[in-house]
Amino acid sequence: MYRIEERIISWFLDLVKKVTGKHFLVFVPSIWMIIFFICPCLILIKISFSESLIASPPYTSIVDMVSDYTLQIRLNLGNYLVLFTDEMYIRGFITSFLIAVASTVCCLIIGFPMAYAIARSSKKYRSILLMLVLLPFWTSFLIRVYAWIMLLSPSGFINTLLMKLNLIDVPLQLMNNSYAACIGIIYTYLPFMIFPLYGAIEKIDYSLLEAAYDLGSTPLRAFFSIVVPLAVPGVYAGSVLVFVPAIGEFVIPELLGGAQTLTIGRLVWNEFFGNMSWPTAAALSIILLICVVFPIVLAKKREEINLLAKE
Amino acid sequence: MRTRWLKIVLAMGYLFLYFPLICIVIYSFNESRFVAVWSGFSLKWYKALFSDPIMLRATVTSLKIACISATVSVIFGTIAAIVITRLPIFRGKSFFIGAVTAPLVMPEVVMGLSLLMLFVGMEKYFGWPNGRGTTTVIIAHITLTLSYVTMVVQARLQDLDRFIEEAALDLGASPLKVFFVITLPMISPSIVVGWLLSFALSLDDVVIASFVAGPGSTTLPMIVFSSLRFGISPEVNALATILMTVLSIGVIISAAFIYKKQNRRDHA
Repeated sequence: MYRIEERIISWFLDLVKKVTGKHFLVFVPSIWMIIFFICPCLILIKISFSESLIASPPYTSIVDMVSDYTLQIRLNLGNYLVLFTDEMYIRGFITSFLIAVASTVCCLIIGFPMAYAIARSSKKYRSILLMLVLLPFWTSFLIRVYAWIMLLSPSGFINTLLMKLNLIDVPLQLMNNSYAACIGIIYTYLPFMIFPLYGAIEKIDYSLLEAAYDLGSTPLRAFFSIVVPLAVPGVYAGSVLVFVPAIGEFVIPELLGGAQTLTIGRLVWNEFFGNMSWPTAAALSIILLICVVFPIVLAKKREEINLLAKE
Repeated sequence: MRTRWLKIVLAMGYLFLYFPLICIVIYSFNESRFVAVWSGFSLKWYKALFSDPIMLRATVTSLKIACISATVSVIFGTIAAIVITRLPIFRGKSFFIGAVTAPLVMPEVVMGLSLLMLFVGMEKYFGWPNGRGTTTVIIAHITLTLSYVTMVVQARLQDLDRFIEEAALDLGASPLKVFFVITLPMISPSIVVGWLLSFALSLDDVVIASFVAGPGSTTLPMIVFSSLRFGISPEVNALATILMTVLSIGVIISAAFIYKKQNRRDHA
């Protein structure tokens, strides 16, 4: 057993030497990322094909020496099948997807005017305004979510205010639904939308806008036919930056979404900590990874097509 | 007319960003446990916070983890950034770039779960790490933050004028000397930013830490997270106010430092 592993390791070291040549610098980060990033991913894939077992670690091994001459590889596809047949998981995927899309769109609606306003403000204030967008991002993520618990909870700020004003008699149920989860995600990831948008809008030549005004265009029409199309690269970048973390989000739906807002992230957590089902959690993670990689690949492809079109 | 609209948009946007945080600060001084009642100014939640031994121990653990992982990941991340920007194309370079930057988009739950599975597997085959604890959290946080440092430093390295380094090399300085005398001082602002970013990310992480922490290495976010599951907690208000003050001061000081450095370079 150990002999095989030793041989694998020495083969691996040879390979690294061959690949990196004299550049020993490549060594440190590569070894680190291979051990602590690539290996875990491979283990995740392996475990997603194994069966649940009441033991430690709680899964069967997929490669077995059954007899002296037979090597048996058992791939259990059940973990994946269950994800596509059980209603709970399907609903989880749909909920995650809808929340991520809704938050991305809302971030865009809030972020676009803000990015535009920052880009049009005088140069002196721009860096300060940008820093003010980024400052909440530096405060703890949990605290930002907590701030919304304080605002939205039944005994929270908004309900108290409305009751004091005699607008309502019983507290509104503002928290523990998917809307609250959306608000939390929008609030947390808004800077990720504003920055790429600002980058795109800042580059726009404003003499184009003035030309449009001179030719009799209304401000609104000039905005939608000049600024918006030129900001499209920023829109794509920002949308990916918001959508990707939003779809795998765990903490925000857990704290603001209540019991019924089961997202993929929460399902992974529950499978692991609640059901102790490592293989199901692993299979869910793999599907989640695919959901995350897909929009990134899409954005990359678009970029390439754009570059080709330009040439 | 148009500028007024823009001002209104900005005011609303910043109100949305800052109003929730201001609420936290105000209510951290509220004597009552409830948001509904303002029963006077008091520092009692700060006192409660500082006399809570679990909270204090978790804070020390978290700060230790954040310091160590930020420092290590700044070193590794800077090396990775140099590899990406300065080395000629080698076989597997795009793979290297992919592996170093992929954690940026990896969902936290997936990263925590996969690292835990690795640690359990390693323990079974190599007997290390012997149980989970501070070490495993530090390893996980280095893996997470390394990519952020790489991104930040790489951006700076790409902007740098390579002729200065090449001139020093031509004049006979060794590559190592060039790095320490020329490159390092020039990229120091981005290294500071990378360190602060890693520190903040590590101090902030609850999901990955929950997976890979063991008994005795409970971090501050884990405690805050479990108390938030039960709703509003005024102690967290006080803690949040302290953290926000410290982090904003840190960010403002480092921003001023970088601004000054840039100004000096622009004038020179």
